[in-house]
Amino acid sequence: MKLPACCRTLTAKCLLLGCCAALFISEAVYADNGIVAPAPQRVAELRHLLREDCGACHGLTLNGGLGSPLTAAALAGKPGDSLVATLLDGRPGSAMPPWRPFMSEAEAQWLIRQLQQGVTP
Amino acid sequence: MKAMTRLAAAAATMLLLAGCATPALRGSGDLGVVIERAAGSVQVVSNSSNTMLARIGGLGDLSHASLVYSRDARYVYVFGRDGGISKVDILAGKLVARVLQAGNSIGGAISSDGRIVAAQNYSPGGVKLFDADTLALLADIPALDDNGQPSKVVGLADLPSNRFAFSLFEAGEIWVLDAATPRAPQVTKYRNVGRNPYDGLASSDGRYYIAGLYGDDGLALLDNWQPQAGVRRILPGYGQGRDKQPVYKMPHLRGWSIAGDYAFLPAIGLHEVLVADNRSWQEAARVPVYGQPVFVMAEPSGRRVWVNFAFPHNDTVQVIDVPTMQVIRTLKPGRAILHMEFTARGDAVWLSSRDDDKLVVIDTATFQTRRELPAANPSGIFFSWRAGRMGM
Repeated sequence: MKLPACCRTLTAKCLLLGCCAALFISEAVYADNGIVAPAPQRVAELRHLLREDCGACHGLTLNGGLGSPLTAAALAGKPGDSLVATLLDGRPGSAMPPWRPFMSEAEAQWLIRQLQQGVTP
Repeated sequence: MKAMTRLAAAAATMLLLAGCATPALRGSGDLGVVIERAAGSVQVVSNSSNTMLARIGGLGDLSHASLVYSRDARYVYVFGRDGGISKVDILAGKLVARVLQAGNSIGGAISSDGRIVAAQNYSPGGVKLFDADTLALLADIPALDDNGQPSKVVGLADLPSNRFAFSLFEAGEIWVLDAATPRAPQVTKYRNVGRNPYDGLASSDGRYYIAGLYGDDGLALLDNWQPQAGVRRILPGYGQGRDKQPVYKMPHLRGWSIAGDYAFLPAIGLHEVLVADNRSWQEAARVPVYGQPVFVMAEPSGRRVWVNFAFPHNDTVQVIDVPTMQVIRTLKPGRAILHMEFTARGDAVWLSSRDDDKLVVIDTATFQTRRELPAANPSGIFFSWRAGRMGM
């Protein structure tokens, strides 16, 4: 069945609204978990780190390289706490180094949340 | 008088037009290609004039890219992270062929006869061979171990007689591929060479293939003059009893590590360059450096060795004097120095500064900067002398 153009636009708008609402709700959820975005300058630095230095092993697009992919799909089902721990302290027996010297725990939580949301650096 | 001027102008125009129709001939011996990683483009540069001659885009994801030269040094084959191989005519400044051949790729090599281009892939892990003229697929060699488990392929290097050597990251194996019959290559496997080989190199005479090991102290060495002797460990236990530092970027190995009587190799997890005698392969020295070495590259003369470093030390380049095995210079040429490349005879070295969006040309005799050139997020720099060198 084909909808008239005005209805299609309306449907698209509703979908868009729905997505925004979902995003808004999930933002509120992390606020409850105490995950807050760092200051804008620091956000820029962390994004740069993610893109260039995480990207050195995991790929600039995070689709994987010598390191595993860090896309939202690849991280789905992995508990956030263990991802944060891997980021901060590395993974013994693998090539993943600890990034604790370069970020706080709160920043690591925020970064992992970004990855889980599928943010591309 | 007026008529004369008009005539002269007409003659000049004719000359110009003729010039357009047949561009001035030039060689490619002083040309190079620079990867602009974020833009998916490459620059063609001249190391005589220290200028950019052309920029070619549309090469896909070049976030981790390398290239090899055709043996006439007119074409480069650019291997992109997205599994693309792009064949670029550097004299005409244009893309002439492109294939997407894997999901995730890191580099390649060209055969000793120049007819076969080999790509090394992470996923699906393996090596594929292509016709160098047409980029038509010739053979596909999946990197599966005895249990059928796939490995990422690292350290692909060409050897004499149309052979290639490469390493399997997960399986810890070195394979030598004989592509004398390109559509039906033969594989010789060396197993248990060490844990997690991360890259490899072939010496410029094609005799030695060395794989660096991430998961073991030491490197794995295959002597292609005595392949029946198998792979042996060199510089074993170099990190024993030492506190290993985290490695924020894997080092890269290539034939430039071997100079004169020595091989200069990055330690893993130690801020040191390891020096081995290149016949006995015994340790000859260790040079403490500023950070985790990434590229350890000898000048063409072999007199000095330049080293760059992993994050967070990647704003620094150090120069080792070979006779004294000491660091004699520490340079800060720019932020995030990702790569270095010498001119054919080493009068200058070109550095790429990713975060300052520039190339820095340094005079190797004086360490003075000759020129800086703009480049968008540059990484690898590849000069055309590689066309005639094994292992490059």
